[in-house]
Amino acid sequence: MSTSVLYNDQGGAEAAVEAGLESTPTSSSTGAAFRLVHADFKKNEDLKEMLESNKESLKLDAMKRIVELIAKGKNASELFPAVVKNVASKNIELKKLVYVYLVRYAEEQQDLALLSISTFQRALKDPNQLIRASALRVLSSIRVPIIVPIMMLAIKEASADLSPYVRKTAAHAIQKLYSLDQDQKEQLIEVIEKLLKDKSTLVAGSVVMAFEEVCPDRIDLIHKNYRKLCNLLVDVEEWGQVVIISMLTRYARTQFTSPWKEDAMFDETNEKAFYDSDSEEKKDQVKAGPYVMDPDHRLLLRNTKPLLQSRNTAVVMSVAQLYWHLAPKHEVNIVTKSLVRLLRSNREVQYIVLQNIATMSIQRKGMFEPFMKSFYVRSTDSTHIKTLKLEILTNLANEANISIILREFQTYVKSQDKAFAAATIQAIGRCATNISEVTDTCLNGLVLLLSNRDETVVAESVVVIKKLLQTQPSQRSEIIKHMAKLFDSITVPMARASILWLMGEYCERVPKIAPDVLRKMAKTFTAEEEIVKLQTVNLAAKLYLTNSKQTKLLTQYILNLGKYDQNYDIRDRTRFIRQLIVPSEQGGALSKYARRILLAPKPAPVLESAFKDRDHYQLGSLSHSLNIKAIGYQELSDWPAVAPDQSVRNVEVIEPVKEWVPLVGKVKKSKSDSKFYSDDEDDKEEEGSDSSGSEDSSSSSSSSGESGSESEEESSEESEKTSSDSGRSSSASEESTSESKSEQTTKKKTKKVPQEKKSKPPAADSSSDENGNAPVAQASSSSSESSSGSESDSEGDSDSDPPRVQKKVEVKSKKEVSLLDLCDFTPAPTNAPKPVVLSSSLLSDLQGLSLSNVSSAIQVTTSSFSPVKTHELLHHMTGKGLSAKYHFPRQPCLYQPSMVAVQIILTNSSDHSLEEIHVGGRSPASLNIHCFNTIERLEPEASVTVSMGIDFSDSTQAANFQLCTKEDQFNVSIQPAVGELVMPSTMTEQDFCKEQGKLLGMNETSATITMATANCSSQAISKQVLSVANVGVVSSTQNNLHRFAGRTVSSGALVLVSLQLKESSTALLTINTEKSVMGSMLLRDLKQALAQA
Amino acid sequence: MIHSLFLVNASGDIFLEKHWKSVVSRSVCDYFFEAQERATEPENVPPVISTPHHYLISVLRHRIYFVAVIQSEVPPLFVIEFLHRVVDTFQDYFGVCTEAAIKDNVVVVYELLEEMLDNGFPLATESNILKELIKPPTILRTMVNTITGSTNVGEQLPTGQLSVVPWRRTGVKYTNNEAYFDVVEEIDAIIDKSGSTITAEIQGVIDACVKLTGMPDLTLSFMNPRLLDDVSFHPCVRFKRWEAERILSFIPPDGNFRLLSYHVSSQNLVAIPVYVKHNITFREGSSQGRFDLTLGPKQTMGKAVESVLVSSQLPRGVLNASLNPSQGTYTFDPVTKLLTWDVGKINPQKLPSLKGTMSLQAGASKPDENPTINIQFKIQQMAISGLKVNRLDMYGEKYKPFKGIKYMTKAGKFQVRT
Repeated sequence: MSTSVLYNDQGGAEAAVEAGLESTPTSSSTGAAFRLVHADFKKNEDLKEMLESNKESLKLDAMKRIVELIAKGKNASELFPAVVKNVASKNIELKKLVYVYLVRYAEEQQDLALLSISTFQRALKDPNQLIRASALRVLSSIRVPIIVPIMMLAIKEASADLSPYVRKTAAHAIQKLYSLDQDQKEQLIEVIEKLLKDKSTLVAGSVVMAFEEVCPDRIDLIHKNYRKLCNLLVDVEEWGQVVIISMLTRYARTQFTSPWKEDAMFDETNEKAFYDSDSEEKKDQVKAGPYVMDPDHRLLLRNTKPLLQSRNTAVVMSVAQLYWHLAPKHEVNIVTKSLVRLLRSNREVQYIVLQNIATMSIQRKGMFEPFMKSFYVRSTDSTHIKTLKLEILTNLANEANISIILREFQTYVKSQDKAFAAATIQAIGRCATNISEVTDTCLNGLVLLLSNRDETVVAESVVVIKKLLQTQPSQRSEIIKHMAKLFDSITVPMARASILWLMGEYCERVPKIAPDVLRKMAKTFTAEEEIVKLQTVNLAAKLYLTNSKQTKLLTQYILNLGKYDQNYDIRDRTRFIRQLIVPSEQGGALSKYARRILLAPKPAPVLESAFKDRDHYQLGSLSHSLNIKAIGYQELSDWPAVAPDQSVRNVEVIEPVKEWVPLVGKVKKSKSDSKFYSDDEDDKEEEGSDSSGSEDSSSSSSSSGESGSESEEESSEESEKTSSDSGRSSSASEESTSESKSEQTTKKKTKKVPQEKKSKPPAADSSSDENGNAPVAQASSSSSESSSGSESDSEGDSDSDPPRVQKKVEVKSKKEVSLLDLCDFTPAPTNAPKPVVLSSSLLSDLQGLSLSNVSSAIQVTTSSFSPVKTHELLHHMTGKGLSAKYHFPRQPCLYQPSMVAVQIILTNSSDHSLEEIHVGGRSPASLNIHCFNTIERLEPEASVTVSMGIDFSDSTQAANFQLCTKEDQFNVSIQPAVGELVMPSTMTEQDFCKEQGKLLGMNETSATITMATANCSSQAISKQVLSVANVGVVSSTQNNLHRFAGRTVSSGALVLVSLQLKESSTALLTINTEKSVMGSMLLRDLKQALAQA
Repeated sequence: MIHSLFLVNASGDIFLEKHWKSVVSRSVCDYFFEAQERATEPENVPPVISTPHHYLISVLRHRIYFVAVIQSEVPPLFVIEFLHRVVDTFQDYFGVCTEAAIKDNVVVVYELLEEMLDNGFPLATESNILKELIKPPTILRTMVNTITGSTNVGEQLPTGQLSVVPWRRTGVKYTNNEAYFDVVEEIDAIIDKSGSTITAEIQGVIDACVKLTGMPDLTLSFMNPRLLDDVSFHPCVRFKRWEAERILSFIPPDGNFRLLSYHVSSQNLVAIPVYVKHNITFREGSSQGRFDLTLGPKQTMGKAVESVLVSSQLPRGVLNASLNPSQGTYTFDPVTKLLTWDVGKINPQKLPSLKGTMSLQAGASKPDENPTINIQFKIQQMAISGLKVNRLDMYGEKYKPFKGIKYMTKAGKFQVRT
């Protein structure tokens, strides 16, 4: 009633009239708003009435409406007294709804809430477990501090309840009580300790959750329950599994020693075996390996593995992170498939899984490389999924697959989603810095993008090119010039600023252009963005220092403009620069160093993954996803150097003898035993580590996944057996351990043969999976094999299995043979000096080959035409009598297939003999040259021809090296014509057309050219083309169409040239190649050659 | 763990809230709305958002955002998976999961959420258990309830909750005992413009509808289990049997469930059942573009390709398209630039084609990218990987059930780049 009074006060007289009219159907529109408010009150009023009525159905209706109010977020707290009366209702649905209400509002109405407590206390004693549980749930959810003691008591009682469901509820209640009153911690830990001992799968998840919430640091509580938890894990409900796995991950990191050191060992031995064939020695080393995995550690890994097959994505992810953080490196690979499977799931799941894969793929490329295609972007993916996939593809890029990835990127660059296109450009930039082989290709591709129509694409390209040029400080003036040309058309500030910076930084390389750009900037200075202005000032300063004659006035003008700029940053910068470069009386001290300050060589930026720094968070965690330390995040500790005492996990008490176990005859027991083992056989065999003893065997029966009745029977029999064991001696646990162990080993012996059979096919499979590189091949060999390896480690003393080890060695050596073969076939193994980098699987490698090499029908041939155009390498004047000339013999290089053969004719035109002529230092240092042997002595007027091999990596960048004699050193450089970087290949016309069809778009350059009349015959054309480029003629059925095919020397990319003659001596010249820059250069050269008479 | 849940509709209204711990003000969703505004598409809202005191994890299904409020570290997938499970449950209960359905059944929704989480930790998520606790609303039951005053809420603890087979309720009785299995495979593929396959893989599921009395124990075996490369199971499947014998042995849940999802090993070549001939060109300078698309079947093992639907997001510069389909109907939405062509069945004798012109914005430069074509189709009575179920046996019960297996192949994410 008070509410309506209040309302009357507020609403005034008119509203009161309206209220009075409420019941009549006609009401004026002016009071409509008031009426609504009123109706609201009115509704609550009648809800109250309904709740106070005698009819259950009315009450229920009222409660349903109240719940609707709560759901909408409306306040229904004033109904509390009326609602709380119904807490003792017999109607179970009504009661539940009242509970919902109570939990929602008890905090606000603490005094009234107390009225309901006695009802719950009574319900806690109810014979129906559902009612007991729900009473405890509600009681613990009422957040009223006064009832803490009552809650404590209830939890203690419930934790001893016969029903596991009630005990589960108790575990949940622990967390609620703890969040309400932290002082109860000690008592609650006692309850947790008790519940941790619980053997019900129902309780396990919830109590571990409580443990994590209340006392995550009390690792000691876990020791005794560790094995039990591991064994129960499979049968725990899925949500509990996630929590337990995450807790056990933390636990294991504190209790076991790192299995990763052993890996290094593993790889080392393996590598050794790769090089020398003495397998004897290797076997010894394996046996002498210092690391033996703790059986409990193994137990955890083994028992979580089946969960990778869970339908719950959270479970799969948590197992994956467990393996990532705990498993020996070579076993981590088993999670890959499952993670890739999760990518089929919902968008949100994909997002999280991709984030984790991104982090993993930085450290372990090999894990996801075979699944590279699963990360290809689809146009329907949402933007953040796309960028994550891009991130992963970039991480996975290596020498072997880069061409495939770059081709894929080309598609993405054209995407309509411009943000994504920009991200792709960044990714290309990263690939370019990471893989030096493709730096030129990428750079040139990016330069082409500068003429793109989209502004964001252009801007991003400029920024990335800037970074790339910085990391590749060499003669890039071409590109800088090109960018200067584009400068006027680019409007994105960041891009303009980048170009200006480049101009300034490399102003000495473009001495003519830079001042001109500055001149343009001076005109538009006032209209530019801040960032552009700053760079303009920088450019001016740098030019002033290097070329003050031309730019002095301009610089002063710009500095004056900057002095009066609105932005104080620019004013400051201008003032600073002026003092620095224009020496004045008082500020002369610094200006001496102006050059060194402004033109200091700057370290190149490192382009790296955004996921680089995420790996210190536990995978799959919220912190990892956000890259922020989330509240309540528990750090994973580092492995202990020495494992803490492992006996703490031993459990003395074996399963108590259950009274209701019927006496079973000896015969039946052994039978069921064998059944039990045969059920578990494979698992046991595969995973080894059976020393965990009787506890292990008894509890693994419950995890055997059989139907309930069966497993009960089994465990009862098991306990029967153990109890009979314990009959013999009081402390039988030790003995029964050894007994079961021996029993299992005998089992193993009998089973050995089939096991070996089984282990063979995966080994064969994996050998076909893995190529190139020994360590990875070994690491990813099927887990069953490797774990059996560690098994033989742990059982070193038993007579177990020399034959098996032998077997392993055999398989391995077989693999090695095939590896070597493969290496022989690989066309360009020298591209990568380190074999480790080539760690791609055979599969993808072959794909790479098949994609770039197309088909075996296309063969590289030697050219029929060898030009005799020689170039001067060293003039005899500069060479103090030594002169050198070089030409390209157009023969495949003998030394390495990726090198271009060069012949050098050395002549001594001095009057004394020259001694020890050899090749000295080279630049860039990475330049791959096969030098000629030192010429001991060259007599006057004598000449000698030597051949070299140079790997130009398909770029026309000059190879600089030193030609040394005994006394002197001469810097020389060989600049290859683009046509020399190709070698001819023969193919049929059909093949040519097919290949040409694959190389369209960015890969195609064409121009219409006018040919000299002398060149119109087909012979002349061939001659001219062949003189420019080392390509092969493709026989053609059409008279007016000439085709030539070649392949770049270094990367083997196809270069297809076609010339279509038209009327009046014009022709369409088309070049198709992946190496688009080579294409355009070749086009230029050919055009020139054909135009000449 | 999960603190609160907010349901947000497409227009950005919170239409339901539920708190499992103390109440979190709905103003926390403002951070979510901010992120929503920033994202151009509904799908681009990041699933995990950090706010000063809380973390918001959301999923988007049926145009409803389910926003969970988290206060401390928890695996994000845990929450995401749970939210999806909530949606699945709603769908199971109400047939659809729309704003209207949820609003109509607010009380049941609330009761469900109350059972599914306790203090933010999942309690009962198995559909079989929930259905015993809270009966799904049916028209008949609602009527009976209003008359008799009985309730939707079960009085006994579901037996499944305690047994070793938590997914199955006890005392199931049917007059017709039947078990149906649907093997459904989806082809994910990217085809490049020259028609060669960039990537293609097959993902499959076996959905089951089992209505059997008592506690049957089923085994399902395949003719060619080696095809299955990577599998994930319903919890009922005994993993050890699978590992050892490649046999699916399980006590099934009652009703509909997904028994298995699998991935066919990538070694096997994937047969692509349709091919697309396309010629989509924009000419520089003219405001016209040509659109020419022809579909045809290939490698379908004689089965008809049905329910074919082609959709393509045309470039922004396209104003309209006037096309002429040889069969089926097409629509072009000038706002979203989405072209859809409902083809229907492909007749191998007369290949369906869609030809015509697109009109471009005058003066706009030609789009640099040709649109991607997404294709959906269905092929009945065939599993494209060749997977075959060998036999289904039942143990533990005496009666003879009726068994049925159906195969189907569908397009998953099937894209053709042009």
